Amino acid sequence: MDVLQHLGTGFGVALTQVNLMYGLVGALLGTLIGVLPGIGPVATIAMLLPTTYALPPVSALIMLAGIYYGAQYGGSTTAILVNMPGETSSVVTCLDGYQMARRGQAGAALAVAALGSFFAGSVATVFVAAFSPPLSEFALKFGPTEYFALMVLGLIGAVILASGSIVKAIAMIVLGLLLGIVGTDVNSGAQRFVFDVPELVDGIGVVAVAMGLFGFAEIVGNVESREKRQVVSAKIKGLWLSRKQFRDAAPAVVRGTALGSFLGLLPGGGAMLSSFASYTLEKKLAKDPSQFGKGAIQGVAGPESANNAGAQASFIPLLTLGIPENAVMAMMVGAMTIHNIQPGPQVITSNPELFWGLVASMWIGNLMLVVLNLPMIGMWIKLLTVPYRLLYPAILLFCAIGVYSVNNTSMDITMTALFGLLGVVFAKLDCEPAPLLLGFVLGPMMEENLRRALLLSRGDPMTFIHHPISAVMLAAAATLLVIVLLPNVRKRREEAFHEEIA
Amino acid sequence: MGWVRSPKDFWAGILFVTFGIVAVAVSSGYSMGTAARMGPGYFPRGLGGLLVILGALVALRGIRVPGPAIPAFRARALVFVLGTVVVFGIAVPWTGVILGTVLLIFVTSFASHEFRWQAALTSGIVLAIAAVLVFIVGLKLQLPIWPWPFNR
Repeated sequence: MDVLQHLGTGFGVALTQVNLMYGLVGALLGTLIGVLPGIGPVATIAMLLPTTYALPPVSALIMLAGIYYGAQYGGSTTAILVNMPGETSSVVTCLDGYQMARRGQAGAALAVAALGSFFAGSVATVFVAAFSPPLSEFALKFGPTEYFALMVLGLIGAVILASGSIVKAIAMIVLGLLLGIVGTDVNSGAQRFVFDVPELVDGIGVVAVAMGLFGFAEIVGNVESREKRQVVSAKIKGLWLSRKQFRDAAPAVVRGTALGSFLGLLPGGGAMLSSFASYTLEKKLAKDPSQFGKGAIQGVAGPESANNAGAQASFIPLLTLGIPENAVMAMMVGAMTIHNIQPGPQVITSNPELFWGLVASMWIGNLMLVVLNLPMIGMWIKLLTVPYRLLYPAILLFCAIGVYSVNNTSMDITMTALFGLLGVVFAKLDCEPAPLLLGFVLGPMMEENLRRALLLSRGDPMTFIHHPISAVMLAAAATLLVIVLLPNVRKRREEAFHEEIA
Repeated sequence: MGWVRSPKDFWAGILFVTFGIVAVAVSSGYSMGTAARMGPGYFPRGLGGLLVILGALVALRGIRVPGPAIPAFRARALVFVLGTVVVFGIAVPWTGVILGTVLLIFVTSFASHEFRWQAALTSGIVLAIAAVLVFIVGLKLQLPIWPWPFNR
């Protein structure tokens, strides 16, 4: 019953006027960027991070979290009506959602996406509330040795579940770790990789890295490609489901929710992976798999529930272990650090109002999102008709002012542009930026824990094997790597990602 | 370079190796310490070495396994998008948000092949007003609104 009491506290925090407002702003912005292709939650959170300095930490996190799961709602709208993913996590929704829309069932598709997401969001909220306290209690026993091993496992896991070349992704992590330790070394006071640039003494800002790699690079990429957008029939009627549709969709929603809640826990998991996995599962379980790709309602219901559940469940490792498992959670680490909250197992006990307030706000946010996305769908559709050539200068402007306002120096903008350039190069070379961001955020923590672990063991590296928990985690990381690098598995994995994307 | 079968992998590898060498070279100027008492050079040197090895693996794969070519860089988008943002950052303390915004919107719109100057100008003015309302009135950021002779 402890949980209920805590949830009571949480709702007390989340239902204050200020937090309701920031929750709404987050949900609105999330839907907005979800609907608009070409800007994702990572860049948006980076853009808003500087503006949260003045807010209380709970309000800041409530707003930023709302952006992530709000984007899962908005992304489906674009996928269904335009056959273009508003977010990467709604790529699979295009397959059947757009076909449903072409058959005149756009209303049903939108309804099932929103209601499925709401169900998934509600269940995932309970999941976060029930699962986090025991996990964090367990993690409180971790010393630096276990922490270092956990970070290794987390980073390796994140790479394996992502698509693309594994060696490249690991190299991106290492590069990220290196970028993360630029600046003054907390232990020795030595200035590392500063090159006499005064702005680098305090390290590279997470805003510059994230905005450059995920915001600017993406805009450059989009401007280069010619786009064609065709919004399916402006008239959408009957935003509701027939009884048969409901019966078909309900089991898929439940399965998607379960899958998303589980996959959201894993490193590298979160919204995108969950939606892909759910689509594959629904197709396997369907009585008539040939209907998939031609407007099967399960193909919308499953993935759309899964991505929302996955988005919320991915907060669990962040809030209990302090380990971000995807790029959005890396931004949340940045947000917590700005407010002097060290992410880790102590957050639940030392800042209970923050943790429970955030959890409660997720449910409230989901409720707001259903309202924002169903009755107000017409507004979002209008927005889709704004061409990209008018949109991207505006996005760019808000990014530029956002970055500038961090320290009121133009150096930050230059730095962001440099990371944008790097991001463009990486995109051309098929190097995913997400592992780099994870490494960047974890860099200083990883060095600190390695240092402490080796100090305690008097320099003996075997300490990582002598500690049982750390040994198990490192063994798991090594096993994962070996398995994925086996020629057979590697081929299957590449095929799997190919099939899902194609 | 006929012996490079997958240019994407090859050049990604070379990029990683370069970053790794720079990391090792620069951090060799920092004290290494011992494993028990790690100096500031210990971790970065280790990471740099690892990056060189990983980069070499990626580059080797680029020589052995065939892969797609690197898509061409479009200088226009790069220069107009990233360049304008840099100039905006340097100029905004003097031009103020309104003039800065109109200029930024106008010039970045050039990056697109669908540029239309009336539309760019209109959206520049609309966004300038929006930016002032959101950032200066709403979020109370410390930014000048007008160009420098008219400030205060």
